[in-house]
Amino acid sequence: METYSFLREFADSWMLLFLFLFFIGVIFWVFRPNSTKHYEQTANIPFDYEDKPAPRVERET
Amino acid sequence: MGNYVKVLVFGVITLGAMIAANFARDLAYQVNALVIMAAAFGMFIYTLRNTDEPVPAHKLEAEYMDGVIRYGVIATVIWGLVGFAAGTFIAFQLAFPNLNFDWLNGVGNFGRLRPLHTSAVIFAFGGNALIATSFYVVQRTSAARLWGGNLAWFVFWGYQLFIVLAATGYMFGATQSKEYAEPEWLADWLLTVVWLAYLAVFLGTVIRRNQPHIYVANWFYMGFIVTVAMLHVFNNLSVPVSLFGSKSVQVFSGVQDAMTQWWYGHNAVGFFLTAGFLGMMYYFIPKQAERPVFSYKLSIIHFWALIFIYIWAGPHHLHYTALPDWAATLGMVFSIVLWMPSWGGMINGLMTLSGAWDKLRTDPILRMLVISVGFYGMSTFEGPMMSIRIVNSLSHYTDWTIGHVHSGALGWNGMITFGALYFLVPRLWNRQALYSLNAVSWHFWLATIGIVLYAASMWVSGIMEGLMWREVDANGFLVNSFADTVSAKFPMYVVRGLGGVLYLAGALIMTWNLYMTVKRVPMAARVTATAQPAE
Repeated sequence: METYSFLREFADSWMLLFLFLFFIGVIFWVFRPNSTKHYEQTANIPFDYEDKPAPRVERET
Repeated sequence: MGNYVKVLVFGVITLGAMIAANFARDLAYQVNALVIMAAAFGMFIYTLRNTDEPVPAHKLEAEYMDGVIRYGVIATVIWGLVGFAAGTFIAFQLAFPNLNFDWLNGVGNFGRLRPLHTSAVIFAFGGNALIATSFYVVQRTSAARLWGGNLAWFVFWGYQLFIVLAATGYMFGATQSKEYAEPEWLADWLLTVVWLAYLAVFLGTVIRRNQPHIYVANWFYMGFIVTVAMLHVFNNLSVPVSLFGSKSVQVFSGVQDAMTQWWYGHNAVGFFLTAGFLGMMYYFIPKQAERPVFSYKLSIIHFWALIFIYIWAGPHHLHYTALPDWAATLGMVFSIVLWMPSWGGMINGLMTLSGAWDKLRTDPILRMLVISVGFYGMSTFEGPMMSIRIVNSLSHYTDWTIGHVHSGALGWNGMITFGALYFLVPRLWNRQALYSLNAVSWHFWLATIGIVLYAASMWVSGIMEGLMWREVDANGFLVNSFADTVSAKFPMYVVRGLGGVLYLAGALIMTWNLYMTVKRVPMAARVTATAQPAE
């Protein structure tokens, strides 16, 4: 089978399936239990360190 | 030690560019070689003067790297003015062809200036805005200094050099005739290197972040940087005819080349002008409204849906061409599906203001950010509609397309950039506030009325043109010649030019306002951020 036919068939079968499942997976992942609390914290990141970076030592905690 | 190597490299580049300018086969290449020579020689002198000088000890990790962002803000404003002025001028060239001056020997003709305008506004104004804001946002949301030290400066100056090479190339006749990808191989190679450095700086900062999570704005910026790298490389696969000439030959040909071009072209819209600017939306709107984004969950779905769907939409530029029907239909269907993530993102941006709508009355910067999201919603409604094959048969090749592009570019990209600039300048130069909020209101209304004039005149002109082209008499003959449509469009062309004048006037007011902010407004008392424990 030449490259074109192979890629074409792969693209509209397995790759399509993979992308579709990945996308559905993302939606389920986003709505996993307890995610609301978790995302509340992430959504507030812009308000954390406006003027200076976090001191490096904090990274370990 | 490093400086000795640098001096050597810059010296060799200068010499090489001199030789290249001497052997140049065409004027554009010669000008480009001279520009490179001047840039390399300037760097040679600069490096030489700083060699063996004591290096000031910085407490580097304790501060954000804002110098390069300040330069980026200035470059954004200047290139914006250049791009808007060029656009307004070529709009009047279409209305009054005498403005294509003979004495310029073709250098100032519409055909040369049009790519100059599009590249100046998209890549110079928009690109600098994206680079500057992404450097600002990634540092603040990662709580870390930019990675790579002076690499960020290389990104900034390398990008400006790319812009100058591209612009002088267009004016002196170098183009590979691909819309939004006109620069020839020399500029393309430079951009590839600069872009990979940009990716390295951005990713390096994200990897070294002091926050447990990557904020959603950074996801959008990363999607933009990675995809643009891929698009740029594949659409510019070409072989130079000579090392001393600007001409190159494309590797693809025919319909494959057309498909690659519009895969690139539409994703330049989708990732450069949408994903990147959505990164700006997800940072600056919450910051200016002083509340977190409406739904973080929606923003994640927004991101994945946008990048999974946009990449397929390109073929809708090739309806009724040699492209197979199935491919055109695929592009059309994906364009329509795009409605959902686009409007999901718009709703997310707008609803961030819920509970704070009163701020729109008092805060013209927020008003600017919000109307940009409104224009985003409008043009992402119009776009999918125009991608439907039957609508496209009327709209394609007419001014409707140009009106659509400008309601997106002026409304969404322009307005959100202005909002971000008004947000950034007082913070970057440590000023208490903007010089004049009144001037921001003036800018807001001038720009908005300018866009309305522009979009409305192009709708009328485009639909009229489309209807005139397809009008046939009882015997099946075409009623109008092409020149008939051109003369019928004259009034709309003048209105469009006036819209451009208003938009440019607004940008001039902004430039004055930002300059006065830096010049006249007293310094803000530096708030020392108390260290908060990172969770």
